[in-house]
Amino acid sequence: MDFILESTKQAFLLITSFDNELVSIIVLSLKVSGLALFLATIIGLPIGTAIGLYRIKGHSFIITVLHTMMGLPPVTVGLFVYLFLSRSGPLGFLGFLYTPAAMVIAQMILAAPIVASLVHSAIINVDPVIKQASITLGATPIQASMAVIREARYGIISSLLAGFGRLMAEVGAVIIVGGNIAGYTRVMTTTIALETDKGNFELAVALGIVLLLVSFMVNAATHYAQRTSLIPLT
Amino acid sequence: MKRVMLVLATFMLLAIPAFAERIICASTTSTQNSGLFDFILPIFKKTTGIDVHVIAVGTGAALEMAKRGDADVVFVHAKDLELQGIKEGHFINRHDVMYNDFVIVGPRSSGSGFQGLGKASNVFVKIADKKYPFVSRGDNSGTHRKELSLWGKAGISPKGNDWYMEVGQGMSKSLRIASEKHAYSITDRGTWLSIKDSGLLDMKIVFEGDPLLFNQYGVMAVNPDKHSHVKIREAMAFIEWLISEEGQAAIGSFKDGKGNQLFTPNAN
Repeated sequence: MDFILESTKQAFLLITSFDNELVSIIVLSLKVSGLALFLATIIGLPIGTAIGLYRIKGHSFIITVLHTMMGLPPVTVGLFVYLFLSRSGPLGFLGFLYTPAAMVIAQMILAAPIVASLVHSAIINVDPVIKQASITLGATPIQASMAVIREARYGIISSLLAGFGRLMAEVGAVIIVGGNIAGYTRVMTTTIALETDKGNFELAVALGIVLLLVSFMVNAATHYAQRTSLIPLT
Repeated sequence: MKRVMLVLATFMLLAIPAFAERIICASTTSTQNSGLFDFILPIFKKTTGIDVHVIAVGTGAALEMAKRGDADVVFVHAKDLELQGIKEGHFINRHDVMYNDFVIVGPRSSGSGFQGLGKASNVFVKIADKKYPFVSRGDNSGTHRKELSLWGKAGISPKGNDWYMEVGQGMSKSLRIASEKHAYSITDRGTWLSIKDSGLLDMKIVFEGDPLLFNQYGVMAVNPDKHSHVKIREAMAFIEWLISEEGQAAIGSFKDGKGNQLFTPNAN
């Protein structure tokens, strides 16, 4: 009990001190996961919508594959991205290894299947009359899809938040491809891993509390924006 | 709304530096965790303007990583492997940099009989003989390799015995496991000093001082003939600085949070 109180106190002190290093770690976590989610959405949203609205050949197979990929172990994804980005690998010439770009790529691969699958679930739960009515009113397939997306927007936003949460919490992929370099590729989760390794338990727990708070604030802000219609999704 | 999204996206894209003017130094977790790099690298940057990014993994992994071309310099403590790498043409320009030593640790409640055994390998003979629990790093690190060389000198093959636990973790974690299991282990003195008073360990040093436990650190550059992208000029600058008067003084003046000097410079 002592330990938990001590860690909570340390978390509070950490946050209020606006320690430079802590702030830059938090900002990097948000940037990496945020950008990765953005890219994953560009990939996953169209795929999830297409499969939800149209009967493509191999439909069930694709959905099963997507659901399976949702469970990709982050450390395995990290390993594969590492092998590709390594100087001895096919994309080594890019020089992306041990940079935030590599972390974004790995996290994008992790989040894309999640976004696609959950968007798909949200889409198929929309009343089919929306799509039919749009087409009757003269909409092109793209316009009809946009109408359905608009209708499913709350479910879609939830999918994106789920994806974001997963990315903010993962450590296996980013630590392998990022290298946990101080001031450059160190994010919240990799810092927690490092401090745990060094035996600085209180600091590790304090960072864990900070991570949860940051996640909470992102979620709260998003839900607030939804409620007050700041996210109309046109 | 679209504009907000666009601004956000642009901000995020621009905010991620994909490239950096830096060299990558493959080193070990124990060196990194000691805090040495946090102390000496800013001094190096001030003198030369060069950023050094340290990737800390086990010694074996560091050497493999460098051989793949994913690092510009290597800074580990496995002289035999380093020299082998030089011989095979993977690395160039190796220099001794600094040293410290390993100590054998065990439960606080264990007797004092070990120090009188004289040689580190004799300690291992006794541990195997009595089947005392022993925690090994088991991760191809410099410490692991030193441990294996001692088993070799003792003429014992510990693998496969119940009392021998290969944990595959960093030094700090391995010691905590050893403490929990009332086991013996071997550690670099730096990690030991940083953790012994933390209240996390119920252990003490049971043997030290044998020249066999000497721990030499070396630095070398990745051979640019094997990997043309290596930033060889900056890599050489880093090596030259480490063995220079300024670099050696920086290493010698580095002290941990409790005022202990963890490394002794010996580049001469």
